[in-house]
Amino acid sequence: MIKTDVVIIGAGPTGLFCAHQLGIIGLKCEIVDNLDKIGGQCIELYPDKPIYDIPAVPKCTGEELTNNLIEQIKPFNFNFHLSDRVQELKNENNKWLVKTLNGKEFETPNIVIAGGVGSFEPRKFPTKSAEKYDGKSVLYSIKDKTIFRDKSVVIFGGGDSALDWAIELSNSSKVTLVHRRDEFRGAPASVQKIKELSDNKTIDLITKYSIKDVKGNGSLESVEIKSESGESKVIKADYVLGFFGLIMQLGPIAEWGLNLDKKTIPVNTENFETNKKGIFAIGDICTYPGKLKLILSGFHEGALAARGCFKYARPDEKYRFEFTTASSTIKDRLGVKE
Amino acid sequence: MAKIKYIEFNGTEHEADVANGLSVMEGAIQNDIPGIDADCGGGMSCATCHVYINDDEWFKKLPEKEMGEDDMLDQAFEPKSNSRLSCQLIISDDLDGLTVHMPEKQV
Repeated sequence: MIKTDVVIIGAGPTGLFCAHQLGIIGLKCEIVDNLDKIGGQCIELYPDKPIYDIPAVPKCTGEELTNNLIEQIKPFNFNFHLSDRVQELKNENNKWLVKTLNGKEFETPNIVIAGGVGSFEPRKFPTKSAEKYDGKSVLYSIKDKTIFRDKSVVIFGGGDSALDWAIELSNSSKVTLVHRRDEFRGAPASVQKIKELSDNKTIDLITKYSIKDVKGNGSLESVEIKSESGESKVIKADYVLGFFGLIMQLGPIAEWGLNLDKKTIPVNTENFETNKKGIFAIGDICTYPGKLKLILSGFHEGALAARGCFKYARPDEKYRFEFTTASSTIKDRLGVKE
Repeated sequence: MAKIKYIEFNGTEHEADVANGLSVMEGAIQNDIPGIDADCGGGMSCATCHVYINDDEWFKKLPEKEMGEDDMLDQAFEPKSNSRLSCQLIISDDLDGLTVHMPEKQV
């Protein structure tokens, strides 16, 4: 059981800056994120896309923004719990007991939900029949590539994951790559390689088709694909792999008794607390009159939520507002000397 | 201003007058029309505002897809050759009378 002042759910820019503000006012926090890396949507959806509306930063990429925020909170040495997801919350004696999917437990008076639009999960095949084989022979990520040796593998998708795995597995498996159109969004060099492998018959490349059904009798035997005009083909398959990127799912957050407005959590704009005492929501996941889904709004929300957390973390102390330019206490916390 | 007809997968029809400059996606969200999620809020990074333009004449009349829209559509639920992301369809008087069909689901 880890005792802390605040558990932050989500390591995107909003969660990171909220952590910074907590550090500045002398609170400790633990940060949990479902992704295997820090940065949230910035790093998962648009690491290379320039952002033009961060105040005083005319232009930076999602990756640069993330790296700068990580640098900014370094002095506080906060712990990150990546590839993990907060699953359960329970209130006991005004403390929240937090359990994660990987079995970690926290005790904290405050939880800050900075979860964007929820956690990233792989997008799955729309076909019902694929669910039966999910995790066994229908896969959306690869942990152990040796299982595919000498097997028939049908890969769906047109991005880098699909292309890279098609190239990699073509060395030791019978690979068929299926994509819904002729153009691929993967790196040009990979697209070129795929075309070569297809020309010399190392892989089967089928475009303008998508999945229709998976078939098997206990174990997976084949996959049926269809074109838009209704033609269909059946391909022998021991494994079917789908690489359609990630989607955002609200997940367990929906089960914590919080008021929800569609997929967002209503908050007050004084300290961004939700209908549950000690649970705050900031960034894209919160809503209030006038809400803008901008990173800069998330920063503001995080700063105010951090002050809201102070009240429950230090009930016997009075919060005193200080500037980083003037306060020696803050400078000590940042480890800077003058 | 353009009158846009949104037809859900189950056939339910909704009509909305949408101001010029907004997107077809925003027209749906602001009028509480179900069937369009728009998780990313119009950033062309989620493919949850996916619609079909079943009328071929209309499909050809729409502004061409910009780079990246087809890449996102690859990740949409059941994309077809008449698929568009409704966040990329910006309303002008020219779009008056456009009908969009929503897919069975957005993810």
